[in-house]
Amino acid sequence: MFSGDQIASLLSEVGVTHVITVPDSTIGRWEPAIERTGRIRLVRVCREGEAWQVAAGLYLGGATPLVMIQCTGLFESGDAIRNALHDWKVPVFSIVGYRSYLDQAKLPGDTCLVFTEPILDAWKIDYRLITSPSELHVIRDHLLSCRNAGKAGAALIAE
Amino acid sequence: MATASRIPLVSALETLWRIRRDDEVVITTMGSAREWMTLGEPHALDLILVPSAMGHGTSIGLGLALAQPGKRVIVCSGDGSLLMNLGSLASIVAANVPNLVVIVFDNGVYEVTGQQPTASADFCGVARACGFESVHAFSDATSWADGARSALDAKGPTFVCLNVEPVIGGTAPHSPGPTAARAKRFIEALRR
Repeated sequence: MFSGDQIASLLSEVGVTHVITVPDSTIGRWEPAIERTGRIRLVRVCREGEAWQVAAGLYLGGATPLVMIQCTGLFESGDAIRNALHDWKVPVFSIVGYRSYLDQAKLPGDTCLVFTEPILDAWKIDYRLITSPSELHVIRDHLLSCRNAGKAGAALIAE
Repeated sequence: MATASRIPLVSALETLWRIRRDDEVVITTMGSAREWMTLGEPHALDLILVPSAMGHGTSIGLGLALAQPGKRVIVCSGDGSLLMNLGSLASIVAANVPNLVVIVFDNGVYEVTGQQPTASADFCGVARACGFESVHAFSDATSWADGARSALDAKGPTFVCLNVEPVIGGTAPHSPGPTAARAKRFIEALRR
């Protein structure tokens, strides 16, 4: 959908300082471009729940973090999201890869398609579903809108 | 792991309270947060992680250490909490944060739910296996009091395991106030 350079350029433009991530086959390929910016630090975590809390710590410390994970990691993250976004009200923005949205041949009946959007709704994360390469600006606009509103948000990237 | 010698939890925290420098961040969770709040007036750089996502003190600490490389960040975690997020130790080493200290207060139980035993682990061994080079263990109050400052001052990331006594009847900590206000004050204190 997007090249690493496109995502890196976008994140750089909006002032992201740290990307906390566990890679998937789509978002993982963006990492070299993000690192090449020289301005964004990639922070690798072992499990996606860590990412939200690392982001919370970064935010409290004055940085501008972004969480970048696959939807399966979103599911895993549960309590970490609840605490960071709703107990401590840290306005973390995330890019979430939406597995199987574009190709259901590899994993027929992938339940990611059943649960991803309802779980974003359940966690009250304001998201935009991105299904076209022409929608890069939607990510930027939504990120900046959430930032201005001081709330968490997500760009759900069809994979 | 059972040991003959254990440090009373409050005594262990009192040592940290006493030696802690004014520009150091101290993050407390669960039992450590409960007792830390009894020791005196809160410090501007205390982050009482109540409410918490259990196990994530190390992760918040990692984020703070990355954002504030000029400040030492000290995380106080219980063993039950740390077991929930052992991978965070590998994440910490991968991030290369020399200013981060993780202290596990290992009492061998889930204290606030009725002292059920934890699955336990050789935490120092796990830390070393994850790549921590600065690893310290203390089982008595005197050794901890004598060695605490130099352990904190070691080039990190640093891992400290304190064998502590469970607090019989110990309960979950009360929140010291609305989180949004506390977060705002903490952010402002870091900016000074």
